[in-house]
Amino acid sequence: MISNRSGGENKIRLISRRMFVMSVAKSVVVFGILGRLISLQINESKKYKTLSDKNRFREWKFAPPRGVIRDYFGSEIASNKQVYQLHVIPENTENIESLFFRLKNILNLSEKAMFSLRRKIAKQKPWDPIIVSDNLTWSEFSRINLFLHELQGVEPIVSVARIYHEESASHIIGYVSQISKRDIKNKKYLQNVNAAGLKVGKTGLENTLDEEIIGSIGHKRYEVNAFGKRIKEISIDTGSAGKNFTTTLDLEIQKFSSELLKNKSGSVCVMDIYKGDVIAMVSSPIFDPNKFVHGINTKDWKALIQHRDKPLVNKAIAGLYPPGSTIKTVVAISALENDIASTKTQHRCTGYIELYGEKFHCWKKKGHGLVDMRKAIKESCDVYFYEVARKLGVDRLSETAKKFGLGKRVLGNLIEEKSGVVPNTKWKKENMGKSWYLGETLHSGIGQGYFLSTPLQLCLMMSQIANGGYEIKPRIIYEKKDNKFDDLEQFIKDKEVFKNESGLFETLFSEFKFKELFKNQENIKFVHDALYGATNEPGGTSYGSRLTKNFIYAGKTGTSQVKKFTQIQREMEIKNEDLPYEQRDHAIFVAYAPFKEPKYAISVVVEHGGSGSKSAAPVAKKVIKKLLERHDLRSNINFVGKDV
Amino acid sequence: MFRSGSIQSHLSLSDKIFLLDKTLVISILVLGIISIFAMYSTDGGEFAYHTKSHIVRFFVFFFLFLAISFLKISFWYNATTLIYLSFLILLIMVKYFGLTSSGSQRWLNLYFLNLQPSELMKVGLILFLAKYYHKISSSDVNRFRYLIQPLLALMIPVILVVIQPDLGTSFLIAAGGVVVIWLSGVKMKFFAYLSLLFISIAPIAISFLKPYQKARILTFIDPSRDPLGAGYQITQSKIAIGSGGLTGKGFLNGSQSYLDYLPEKHTDFIFTLFSEEFGFFGSILILVLYLIITIRIINIGNITRSSFGKLYCFSFATAFFIYVAVNMGMVLGLIPIVGAPLPIMSYGGSSMMAMMLGLGITMSCKIHKDQPLG
Repeated sequence: MISNRSGGENKIRLISRRMFVMSVAKSVVVFGILGRLISLQINESKKYKTLSDKNRFREWKFAPPRGVIRDYFGSEIASNKQVYQLHVIPENTENIESLFFRLKNILNLSEKAMFSLRRKIAKQKPWDPIIVSDNLTWSEFSRINLFLHELQGVEPIVSVARIYHEESASHIIGYVSQISKRDIKNKKYLQNVNAAGLKVGKTGLENTLDEEIIGSIGHKRYEVNAFGKRIKEISIDTGSAGKNFTTTLDLEIQKFSSELLKNKSGSVCVMDIYKGDVIAMVSSPIFDPNKFVHGINTKDWKALIQHRDKPLVNKAIAGLYPPGSTIKTVVAISALENDIASTKTQHRCTGYIELYGEKFHCWKKKGHGLVDMRKAIKESCDVYFYEVARKLGVDRLSETAKKFGLGKRVLGNLIEEKSGVVPNTKWKKENMGKSWYLGETLHSGIGQGYFLSTPLQLCLMMSQIANGGYEIKPRIIYEKKDNKFDDLEQFIKDKEVFKNESGLFETLFSEFKFKELFKNQENIKFVHDALYGATNEPGGTSYGSRLTKNFIYAGKTGTSQVKKFTQIQREMEIKNEDLPYEQRDHAIFVAYAPFKEPKYAISVVVEHGGSGSKSAAPVAKKVIKKLLERHDLRSNINFVGKDV
Repeated sequence: MFRSGSIQSHLSLSDKIFLLDKTLVISILVLGIISIFAMYSTDGGEFAYHTKSHIVRFFVFFFLFLAISFLKISFWYNATTLIYLSFLILLIMVKYFGLTSSGSQRWLNLYFLNLQPSELMKVGLILFLAKYYHKISSSDVNRFRYLIQPLLALMIPVILVVIQPDLGTSFLIAAGGVVVIWLSGVKMKFFAYLSLLFISIAPIAISFLKPYQKARILTFIDPSRDPLGAGYQITQSKIAIGSGGLTGKGFLNGSQSYLDYLPEKHTDFIFTLFSEEFGFFGSILILVLYLIITIRIINIGNITRSSFGKLYCFSFATAFFIYVAVNMGMVLGLIPIVGAPLPIMSYGGSSMMAMMLGLGITMSCKIHKDQPLG
């Protein structure tokens, strides 16, 4: 003890001093560790939790079947078929290049396809699956399964893909295709789903109904260890199929109308005049939407977009045409409602009138002679309507035209739909910065000039005239309605019965909320009668396309000018058929049927088809016949207990 | 009754038990029990090999710790050189008879356990140097002549471990030695020279490193360099700890460890596993237990009379702290993965044996604080 004492106190003091320095250093280290723990386990814990879950689970997401779209009678228009797909998760493969090499031999992948796959892989996360092929044949699929044990990271999947059964409805239904960056930006519900192979609606109802029809993503979730080996299946969510939809369409009519327009460019719209149900809406030429499902090839795509008749455009709602003489129905109603003219008002048609030195021609060069309003509609006298329009003025005309459905979108829920133009003085000032000329009123009076409307608008206009002047709300998706106060047809019948007991009528029908588009219903009825004449009396513009007995209908022809006839052409008596195709007039025909107790309205447009009577009315005639033959079937359909 | 006055010698067993530092003993026991549960979790919630063997080892070495502490400090003082030399011989034996596993030769097969002498050397070197500096007078400490022996005593085992190769353990052995030298009062400028020397030979040393060792250092600098290779361990460990959050995923629910994402989860990464399952609170509990142990050892150093006891306790406390800090720093991604076990908690007989030996001698200092070393 003593032996070690020499200098011991000194030594011990030094040791203790240095230990103190050491302890300070230790505290710094402790705070370092503590700070790190706080940062990892408190501040950034959420980030690491996510990473941890990513480690733990591997998900194979699969696209759910989209909802089925049916026609009114339950026939499938768009449904799903089983497809065989090949997914690869790059992260799970040993070497993506050698895998490609193997797959190339098994599947005959082209260099081009592999190039785009490589680019895709470079862009996405290594654990996101890529689809090597989304539509394998059965033999390819079985070959893959045969070699599966050698192909790490490969997942053969039995999935579903969209199939379209009816090309004639392709414009309405639209099509689905791969999700693009723009889709993700525009459609919020796509932002959190990331299933390989999920397709999104691009056009038509597929686009409109996408959120409901797309269904919810299914997934298989596996717990995996660090080597990617599956330990166990944690959950399977089969996802749920999208909502099914029943449309108001009648595929028979749709197909039939489409056949009639074969090799023509144009459209046919058919509407229930009380319910507003769109029964057919055909645009011609048609295209095959199935080509888009797995990605359309360049050749087919070019053929579609370079086609003269623009097959991808839904002409029924996106085609804009001057309504031509079909507008005369509305001009007549407007004039009568505004007391500008009476049904007895007469004008003499000499083939043209002159206004400030400019000549305004009637389609009939010799003139119609003395015409009253009924004859003017029946024979479609332009001069008569120049006179009426001049007195009426474009503003009052446009008001009535808008009321009857022109100038605004009819269905509203299809992005392709256009609203058209119902010109008036204010419109011209705002859009062209110029004041209105009287001459333009005259053009408007016969549906030319600035007037632009879609075929569906013309069909709606006809429907609302045909039902006696009540506003209807067109629809293409059928919804079960139990409200009897929505039944316009019943309302009109009952009103007829109770019309002489005004007090009783008021109490009985106060619940009904139908908007009347007229001041005096007699004006509408007068137009009915005039249209009857146009189709069913000699001299009427569509007399050649009349039907008899139960099929009697009433309609109005129209010709929509593509290019104004020059004075020289007029004098040379050049016929429409002699013009180059692009300059020929569009033929329009609107009608409702049957004349007694009307049910349906129709509009037919044949692009560059010349006059309405010659090329549009014959189409309408055939459709109307078919339509009326199927009326009982349609009215007797029972939706009770059906999935709509 | 007469003996009670004579504190120098002849303490009865009950006296010795009474003189034990209770806080230190309880802390060690608590840590040991926690480590058993952690081990149970690494076995996937089964009472399997690692758990069983860890329990046996912990309690065997815990009693060894008590036994060591009941032996007089003068016995340990006298045995120091022998202990150091026998550990050195074991290290040399490893070079010729050692078992090779995953590319490094570290173990001696003693049939009942695979002994890793490098772990024992951690304590052996501290003991040896503490005795050396106890013997020389404070005026000689800074003489160059008196630096040769400690440096050789340090360099020989360190080099033997480096060539195994075991970078982590050699670093920890060296750290322990340097701490003793520093605490004994060697001037700062000496350390400055030593650092300069080290820096100048470092490039040469690095050229001798195995590729995986180089990769580890590079990966530490940029863990995202190779997230599935060398950076894998750091990344996965950070994910495990971070995902534990405040309260953890719950006992046996550490998905990272359970699903084999954690490498060496029962040895070097045991803290990660515990931290994942018991969260921030669990981590703090462990950290606090280690701090208590460190502080109690320093406290024993403060109350012990001899400079050997002080030097040993302070050095061992500091070394113990360094082992904990290096392991935690490693699993927390603060320093490179060097392969350093967490004292007491990590699975491994040699490490457990070395720590219990070290703690036992500390406790002996406490019990025999007033005894001469004679």
